[in-house]
Parts: sequence; structure tokens; C-alpha cells
Amino acid sequence: MYKWTKNPESRSLPAGEAMAKWMKKNLFPTPAQSMLSIILFSLILKMLTPFLDWFVYDAVWLGSADDCRQASGACVAFIREKFTFILFGFYPREYLWRPIAAIGLFICMLWYSKEPSRWSKRLVRRWVVYVFLWILLMRGGMFGFELVPSNKWGGLPLTLMLSFVGIVFSYPFGILLALGRRSKMPVIKAFCVGYIELIRGVPLISLLFMSSVMFPLFLPEGVVIDKLLRAQAAIILFVAAYMAEVVRGGLAAIPKGQYEAGEALGLSFFQIMRLIILPQALKIVIPPTVNTAIGMFKDTSLVLIIALFDLLNTTKTALKDGNWLGFSVEGYLFVALIYFIFCFSMGKYSRRLEYELTTSRSH
Amino acid sequence: MKKLSILLLFTLFSGQALAGKTFKNIMKRQKVRCGVTQGLPGFSAPDSKGNWKGIDVDVCKAVAAAVFGDPKKVEYISLSSQQRFTAIQSGEVDILSRVTTHTLRRDSEMGLNFAPVTYYDGQAFMVRKKDKIKSALNLNGATICVQQGTTTELGLADYFRANKMKFKTVTFENNDEVVQAFVKGRCDAFTTDASGLASERTKFKNPNAYMILPEIISKEPLAPAVGHGDDQWFDVVKWTVFAMLAAEEYGLSSRNVDKFMSSKDPKISRLLGKTKGNGKALGLNEKWAYNVIKQVGNYSEIFERNVGKDTALKLERGPNALWTKGGLMYAPPLR
Amino acid sequence: MNNNEIPFWQDPKNRSIVFQVLAFVIVIFTSWYLFSNTQANLQRQNIATGFEFFTQEAGFEIGESVVEYDSSSTYFGALKVGFLNTFKIAVVGNFFAILIGIFIGILGLSRNWMVRTLSKTYVETFRNIPLLLQLFFWYAIFTEILPGLRQAMMPIKGFFICNRGLFLTVMADHPIWSWVIAAFFLGIALTFFANHFGLKRQAKSGQEFPIIIWGIGLLFLFPVLIWLLGGAPTKLSVPELQGFNFSGGYNLSPEFFSLLLGLVLYTGAFNAEIVRAGIMSVRKGQWEAAESLGLSRFKSLRLVIFPQALRVIIPPFTSQLLNLTKNSSLAVAIAYPDFVNIANTTLNQTGQAVEVVGLIMAVYLTFSLLTSFFMNWFNRKMALVDR
Repeated sequence: MYKWTKNPESRSLPAGEAMAKWMKKNLFPTPAQSMLSIILFSLILKMLTPFLDWFVYDAVWLGSADDCRQASGACVAFIREKFTFILFGFYPREYLWRPIAAIGLFICMLWYSKEPSRWSKRLVRRWVVYVFLWILLMRGGMFGFELVPSNKWGGLPLTLMLSFVGIVFSYPFGILLALGRRSKMPVIKAFCVGYIELIRGVPLISLLFMSSVMFPLFLPEGVVIDKLLRAQAAIILFVAAYMAEVVRGGLAAIPKGQYEAGEALGLSFFQIMRLIILPQALKIVIPPTVNTAIGMFKDTSLVLIIALFDLLNTTKTALKDGNWLGFSVEGYLFVALIYFIFCFSMGKYSRRLEYELTTSRSH
Repeated sequence: MKKLSILLLFTLFSGQALAGKTFKNIMKRQKVRCGVTQGLPGFSAPDSKGNWKGIDVDVCKAVAAAVFGDPKKVEYISLSSQQRFTAIQSGEVDILSRVTTHTLRRDSEMGLNFAPVTYYDGQAFMVRKKDKIKSALNLNGATICVQQGTTTELGLADYFRANKMKFKTVTFENNDEVVQAFVKGRCDAFTTDASGLASERTKFKNPNAYMILPEIISKEPLAPAVGHGDDQWFDVVKWTVFAMLAAEEYGLSSRNVDKFMSSKDPKISRLLGKTKGNGKALGLNEKWAYNVIKQVGNYSEIFERNVGKDTALKLERGPNALWTKGGLMYAPPLR
Repeated sequence: MNNNEIPFWQDPKNRSIVFQVLAFVIVIFTSWYLFSNTQANLQRQNIATGFEFFTQEAGFEIGESVVEYDSSSTYFGALKVGFLNTFKIAVVGNFFAILIGIFIGILGLSRNWMVRTLSKTYVETFRNIPLLLQLFFWYAIFTEILPGLRQAMMPIKGFFICNRGLFLTVMADHPIWSWVIAAFFLGIALTFFANHFGLKRQAKSGQEFPIIIWGIGLLFLFPVLIWLLGGAPTKLSVPELQGFNFSGGYNLSPEFFSLLLGLVLYTGAFNAEIVRAGIMSVRKGQWEAAESLGLSRFKSLRLVIFPQALRVIIPPFTSQLLNLTKNSSLAVAIAYPDFVNIANTTLNQTGQAVEVVGLIMAVYLTFSLLTSFFMNWFNRKMALVDR
């Protein structure tokens, strides 16, 4: 749905004559359009100069808070000062290499898993190994790694963990819900429809409140579940409803003949699903699944409201430092950039996959 | 594999599952779960090494000393003001020691039992000096920043209604946000307990640009609280606080308590458990009060250490002095 | 045993019944378990339950309200204020988000590379950054960058901007103004109707209907007429610095304005993409057909392409409409007194977490269901109108 179709002309600027031709077509086709182009160009230029002044020429890259206050530009020194805290929160400084390694490995794993040709059982096994590595690195408490309790985790690792675990658990749950919604059994169907519509009808914040202030009352006296785990559960329950709708779209696209063929082969319902329907349906919905994942990645920032130290909350905390007051714009732009890089690359990846998958299907 | 990972997650995060009453649970778990703020210097805030410090923290330590003879057996759980009451209602924390004002509604329908007051406070206003506001009565029409869901939010509305003045509120859930909004100029005044104002001012870059108005507009007796339904536990918390007050009254402190062990004074002898009976009555070790005084200190020590003249907060004892010195602090007989 | 007979467990019918009963029992048991735990927790400690607090005095003030409210009102009154504030931001926010969406979405299809790129940059930037972060950013601009009350900027006479929000000059209070506004909304409805009627007539007789002239007439003449009938009041209410604040005029608080800006720009980016994709989904032949009829580019868009695109656009628009409404609950982070914010305060003051969180969910669920019903109705209507 959110696809920028490729516009061959806008892809790259050809050189020389081709470029003149391109400009004629895309910037100056008619007198009115030419005027528009020129006006827009000068406007952009006019806005760009003060921004460059702020960000480059007048910016304070090295120095103290007072240097920043005297200058009129951006206070990059603030980011330098708070860099570690924003990215890693209260994680003990002496073990900082551990979350860095965990994130580095995470990005490597993502990079490695990006090619559809590598999707296999082996890859899943590798991810399982990676998850253990992550726990070992982040939490420690075994093999000579010092224990770092979960209330010390914060910043980017926490955001990534909330998103990753959220996806891993909400995906199968969403598939079950989608199957339930299409089920011929009225009771199962009613439960699934009720759940999906209920969750999609309320804001995530209300589920987080529930996990934070209401859920403890649900448990017998004395049973306590960690705040982080409760928030994670709320996110999973929330995203699963959206995943279910995505998967349902894929299931609806599979022609009825496929089910019948499965039945004719004497396969059971679950065999039909596992061997015939789901592999096709899930493949169709990979792009919207990635979009849901992007949405969830952004939504993890809401845990700030129930006082967990995700990337956004560490930034807010850094901004509250009495010595470095007044650099919110710099701080927010910095994390915005981090979020943007993650979301934008995921979105690009989703579009590429969609392109590849549609073309491979039409062969 | 999924089951395994669920199991893994649970072992990672979950606490022990225990049923029964609060006190029994605490004994089994060998730890007191103590609900504190998210950081209010002087009352409960982590220092640079992550150790919790403050009056409210010391109360929890004292309770742990009374129960286990070890003030370190406390698990601190920082709670937002929104989370605090459910946390105690659901048994997530055993004791709420979190600058909480004792009120009728909280004591009854919200399911809390308040131990003796550990700090008598009152609500006040902070303003910018350059605005030249001399009294709270000059605040007609002002925009005021306040933390939502607190007694100060109610006290503020009461005060302005009583004095027929108008104002605008800007409310945040988090105390830090309130302070930020005030410092950045979103509001003309910021209101909370007077001690809280003093505490926040220590964090400002230029504290002298701000002043606290003289009016104290409400009573805010801050007290630790436990949940309804376990009277023994309530008694333990209550008498731990009283023991600290009594210790100050009798002149016992963490430094000299050992010398008093041989004291002939029957009051002191009972307090320190040489004359047996008090401990048994509470279901504790007879040396419970000795442990509190030895390992945490008397009330005066706690006060001076956390908010007193030598700290950044520089608070006077005022109403928090002992009754013998014109204050309100008074312990019933420990017998 | 007869081999042809299906064993009990292999019969799909039996299996389905057993499966359903099992699921039912599990769900009921889980709910009962959670419910009884809650009940036990609350009863053990004698904690108040139920909605009696509705009629009790709230005792706290609310920063902004569209109806009469003070601290002596009840909790119900307070929650009503919150509800209306949410409603306000949802209506105003969605209105602008749709406008931006349509505008930027159409620009995304421009022949001009520069326009296209700008549209794309906007969309990619705003939808790839968490909304909460954007809200904090706009709020920080207000509280940190903009000057204080006494140094308020005045870009236009009678319009002030400072860290206490925007202060606008508006018409002074007069009963006729509410009628003028009502007339304006009636004008919108009539224009819509006239457009519909005009297109039908055009389809039948080929006679073109001057909708733009009619629209201007209905939208503006009508209210002006009412205004004249009401005695044509012209008194202005100009914001003036007085004591701690501006008096007079209309104040948009920084909280409201940051929330509005954040929601509109974020949702607008998604809407733009929906509009763009919707228009692209209309086959190229339709453009060519319209062109060959001699229609201008704008006219072909309005008369031929857009009505067809609308059918693709409306369903995802509905979810964006709902998203904005649900996302407005993030107001709690920047102190705008929306429903969640007031409910949160209520929760703190009464300690009744179960009731209050349940209430929040019920209110948003109602919002969602109502919007869904309305949009489904609208969608059916659109599908019928242009066959």
C-alpha cells in the first residue's frame, strides 16, 4: 500500500545532454512549471542556509554547556557528552562493551538474514543461538559475566529488545488469531474476532496502563512479574491483533482450490495449513508484516509513559540534567535520526522485497 | 523451542510466587519490597553508584533491620505516582515509603494503613525572583505547574477557591516534567511540598534566581504505608518508626547504643530488648530495636543525614523536632 | 470394530465440538481466575470498587475545557471535560490531517520533480519517526525556543506567539456567532449536496454545473446573511497583556497546539501516501480518456480520477482516522488534558485502577466503533453514487 513506485526518470541524474533533457522534462516542461521550480529552489536555498549556519558554522562541537549557550548554533557537545547515556542508559560503564557487542551482532544478523535465499531452518537456529548470546551479553550472571539486572538496561538495547521479542512472539500469535478468525467453529471465531476488534479499538497506552497499574491486581497476592516483562507482554498482545489482520489478508488471497487440493490429498487441517496455505499466504504478506514491525518499533517509545528507560526516555532524562538544560532540539533530532535510520531502512527493505516477490510470482 | 524461550523469559524476570500474608511472605523471601519515588533527593533517590538514599529509604532499611537484623535486605522498586497505590494494593510492594500524604480516603477506601508520620510537610510555591511575587496571594491569574494525582494538586485548587482567585494548571504525571516546565517558563509558579521544593532547587543550575513563597497552604504529613489485611506487618512498620523516635528521645544513637546495653533505665532496657517481651509481641527478634538503632540510627540521625543543615536541602527540624523540643514527633510508650 | 466407521476422535464434527468446548472452558477459566484474584486482592484490603466516585467532588483544576468546569465539579464532570477535549483534538486533527494528506498526496504525483521530491521527503521523514518523539519535539520548541510572555512575538498585529501558546484576535462574544458557524457547516453540507446533484445532472444532460460559484455562495453568503440579520457585530476581542497572562482573544495552549501539530503532520504523511497510491491505482487509460474529452488536468482529476480513487482510499483512510484518535491519547505525555490524562488523574486520586483503565478502554472502543460505522456507511454511499 505504501509503495513509492519507481519512477525511472527520478532514479538518477544522467550526465550531459541526457541531464538537460531530464531537466526539461521534470523541472521545466511548461512556463508555469518552470516558475514553480525556480521559486521552490530559491525557497529551499533560503531555508537551507540558516539550517547550515545552525548545524555547521555556528555549532559548538567541542566545549561546555556555557560555550553552547553563548553560541547561536547547535550544541553538538551536548550529544557528545550524553552519547553513552542516551544509547545505553544506566548500564554499568565498565561493561559497556557488552551491549555494544550485542547490538553489533544484532545488526550483522539482520544484514545476513536480509536475503530471502538464506531463509531456512538453519537461519532460525542461528537466531536462537544469537538470542542466547544476547542474554549472556546483556544480562550475564553466567560464564564469568557479571550479572546486570534488567532495571539497569536502557536505551537502544532495550528498544531493540522490546521490538524484536515483540515481533517474535506476536507473529505466531497473530497467525493463530487469523486462523481462528477464519475458522468455521463459531466459538473460536467469536473469541478471535472479539479479541482482534477489542485490541484494535483501544490505544496501546491503555494496554500499557493495564500492564503497569492494573495487572498486578490480577495476580494472587505476592506474585510479582517484572515491569519490563509486563510491558513486553502488553506490546505483544497489542501487535498480535494487527498481525492477525495482516495475515488474514494473506489467507484471503489464497484460492479455495488450494484447500480442496490439500483435502483431496488426505491431509489434516493443520497439515494443509502448515504445508500448503501458510507458506503461500505468509509470503504474500511479508511487506505489510514489515510495515507492522516498523509501526511496533516506533510504538515501543510509548513505554516511556510507564517509566521504562527506552531510547526516548534516556534522551529525555539526559535533557533534564541541570547543567545541560535547553538543548532539547539537539537531543530530539539526534534520536529522531536513530529511529529514522532503522525505520527507513526497514521500509526500503520491505519495498524491495515486495518488488522481488511480485516479480518472482509473475514468472 | 517456543516453550523453552517462554520458560527462559519467566526465569529471567519473574519473582517468587508465594501465597499468604504479607509478613509471612517477607520472612520466606528474606527481603522487604519497598516502593520508593523515581528520584527525589533527600527522600529517595539513587546516588551516582546507584545506591538508594533518603529518609524514605532509611525507613525501609530500618524495617529490614528490625525484621532480619540486616538493613541491606531491601529491594527498592521505583514507582510513579500513578503506580504507587496499585503497587501496594496488589502486594507488589510490602511497604510504600514514597512521600505519601496521609489522608482519610487513602487510609480507608484506597486500602492503605499509614504508619506514623516520618516527615511533617506543607505545600508551598516556588516562583522566579525576577517576577517580584511576594506572597501566594499575588498569584491571581497565574499559570501554575503541578504534578497530577497528588494531594498538592487538590490543595492548590482548594487554596485558590478559598481565596477566590483564578489560575491555570499545567499538570504532568512525572515530577521531573513539572520542574522542567517551570524552569523553562511554561508556568509562573511551581507547587509541591515545601521539602520537595527545597529538594528540587538543589538541582537547579542557579538556585538563587528562584524563591519559595512564605505561605504554607496545606498540611502534608508524609508517612510510610502498608496494605490493609496484615495487622502484624502494620505493627512492625509502625513500631519501627516509633523506636527511632524513642531512641532520639532517650539519647540513643548508632554510635552510642552499645554503651547503653548496660543501662539500668527500664525504658532503655525494654527498648533494646534486655527486658524481653516487646520482640515477642511483634513476632520479631528481641534485639529488633537495637538493630534498627545500631544499623540505621535514630530519627535525628536519619533527618540530618538526608535533609538536615549539612545537606544540600538545608532543612530545619521545625515541626519535625521531638515533642520535648516543641515539635510534633512523639512516640507512645514502648511497653 | 468396523473399519468403515470413523472413530470418535477422527470425526471432524466431534473434534470441532470438543475443541470449541475446550477453548470456551479455557477462556472462562482464565477470566474467572483473574477476576477472582482481583476480587480477593481488593476485598482483603477493603478497597472501594464500582463507579461511585463519579458523583464525588473532583477537587482538581483542569488546564483547558470546552465546557464549564471548576474544582467543585464531580469526577464525572472532569471526565466529561477530558472526553470533549479528546473529541476536539480528534475532529480538528483529522480535518487537517485529511486536508494535508490530499494536498501532499496529489503533489506527490506532480510532473515537477522538485514538487514530487519535496512531497516524498515530507512523507518519509514524518512517518519514520515515532509520534511521541515528534510531540516532545514540538512541545520543546514551544517551551524552550519561543520567548516568554512579556517578550511575545507579534508576526501580525493582534496575533501573539510565545511559550504560553498562540493568542489570536477573535470576534468579541455575541450570540449570533454560533449561528454564523452553524450556517457555515450547513453551507458545507449543502455544497456537498449541490455537487452531488450537479454531477448527476451533468451525467444526464451534459450541462456543466458551476460548483465553484455555488460553493462560494453557499459557504460564504449564507453565514454573511445570518451575520447581517444578527445586527452585524464587528467588535473584536484583542489579546492584551494583563498581569500573568493575556486577557481577551483566543488562546491555543502550547499543549494543544503541539499535539495538533504532531498528530496532523504524522497522520498527514500516512494519508498522503494513501491518496497517492489511491490515485495511482486508477488506470492510466482513465487519464487519457478524460484528456481526450478535453478536460483540463485538474478537472480530470476532480471529475474522473478522484471519485474512482476514493474507493481505494476510504478503507485505509478509516484506519488512519481511528489511528489519529487513538494516538491523541499520547496527550498525557505533554500535559494536554485529554480523556486519558483526566482518567489518569482520577486513577491517582481514587486509586481505582480497574474501573478507570476499563473506562479508558470502553471510551476508545466506542470512538472506534462509531467511526467505523460512519465510515462504512460513507464508503457504501460512495460506492453507490458513482457506479
